[in-house]
Amino acid sequence: MQRRQVFRYGAAGVGALGLTLLVGWWREDGPGAPEPTGQRPLSLSAMDFRLTDHDGNDVGPQTLIGRPSMVFFGFTYCPDVCPTTLSDISGWLDELGEEAKRMNVVFITVDPERDTVDAMAEYVGYFHQAIRGWTGPEQQIARAIDGFRATYEKVAADGDYYTMNHTASVFLFDAKGQFVTMIDYHEPREFAVPKIRRALKEETTGAT
Amino acid sequence: MEKLIRTNALAALLAVAGFSAPLMAGSEDVVIEGAWSRAAIGVNRPGAAYMTVRNTGDAPVTLTGLETPLAVMPEIHETSTNAEGVSSMAPAGKITIAPGDSIELAPGGLHAMLMQLQEPMTEGETFVLTLEFSDGGEVTAEVPILGIASRGPEG
Repeated sequence: MQRRQVFRYGAAGVGALGLTLLVGWWREDGPGAPEPTGQRPLSLSAMDFRLTDHDGNDVGPQTLIGRPSMVFFGFTYCPDVCPTTLSDISGWLDELGEEAKRMNVVFITVDPERDTVDAMAEYVGYFHQAIRGWTGPEQQIARAIDGFRATYEKVAADGDYYTMNHTASVFLFDAKGQFVTMIDYHEPREFAVPKIRRALKEETTGAT
Repeated sequence: MEKLIRTNALAALLAVAGFSAPLMAGSEDVVIEGAWSRAAIGVNRPGAAYMTVRNTGDAPVTLTGLETPLAVMPEIHETSTNAEGVSSMAPAGKITIAPGDSIELAPGGLHAMLMQLQEPMTEGETFVLTLEFSDGGEVTAEVPILGIASRGPEG
């Protein structure tokens, strides 16, 4: 009787230990593991999201394949980082001149609630004409963010006002949609433009 | 009669001198340089203004707030970008400037965030922005509004 009880406790103990290990594995390495940060973005061909550009066209990651691409996230209610990024990019594109015409340049909003197609159209109109503005349902934006291994978060402020924290880096892909590199916010122009040239060059390397 | 006026004027002068000296400790030596802002679309989007705030005096000064007829809620904010490249923005609170020192309100860092605009920020126009200091002093700047895509007064 006593022996059986010991066995029972023992079995329960092993069971509990097994469960703990299983839960541990699930959380740490298994499907329940949190996404590690700082990962490389997927290739554009491996991404899956559907958005609308500022002219009302249906667009997605496949739209970008065939030309080198420069993609970044932001929102038009952003007073500081976003206009600075857009004007930096406009400056880089001016410097690249004719070469820039071989590129896709896409600004994806992380604030679809306020950034409608019309809002995106008006906003991008103030910057370099190569810049396309993409928006769409929140769920599709989230899928895009996930593919780029980027993050965004809505932050409430006073009253109805809210702001968005978001990845401010500019992502570069070659013509095949493979991730090349990214340009961090604040990176000096003398580093940015050669990085873009590298993405442009990988297109020709890929073609031969 | 003339004497009385003169006495009054003198009293007023003394009063101003007497009151302003202990109240104003430093902010009268604050100079604003290179102020500019970006145009904004409509009045729902917040605006941003940039400048250098220089303390040319011998005492530290503390910038406590902003005031402008352009916006209901002007506030100094700071943008920061972490190691993962994620940018966020938060009120900067009070900022003390040491004697001879200056703070830079520039894109991607400190900026005067202009929330709840009363009127649109139109390129080519200017607005008045008042900086308030802890000694009760105020320094006012006339801020030109440049284009949305502008990177500053130099282009």
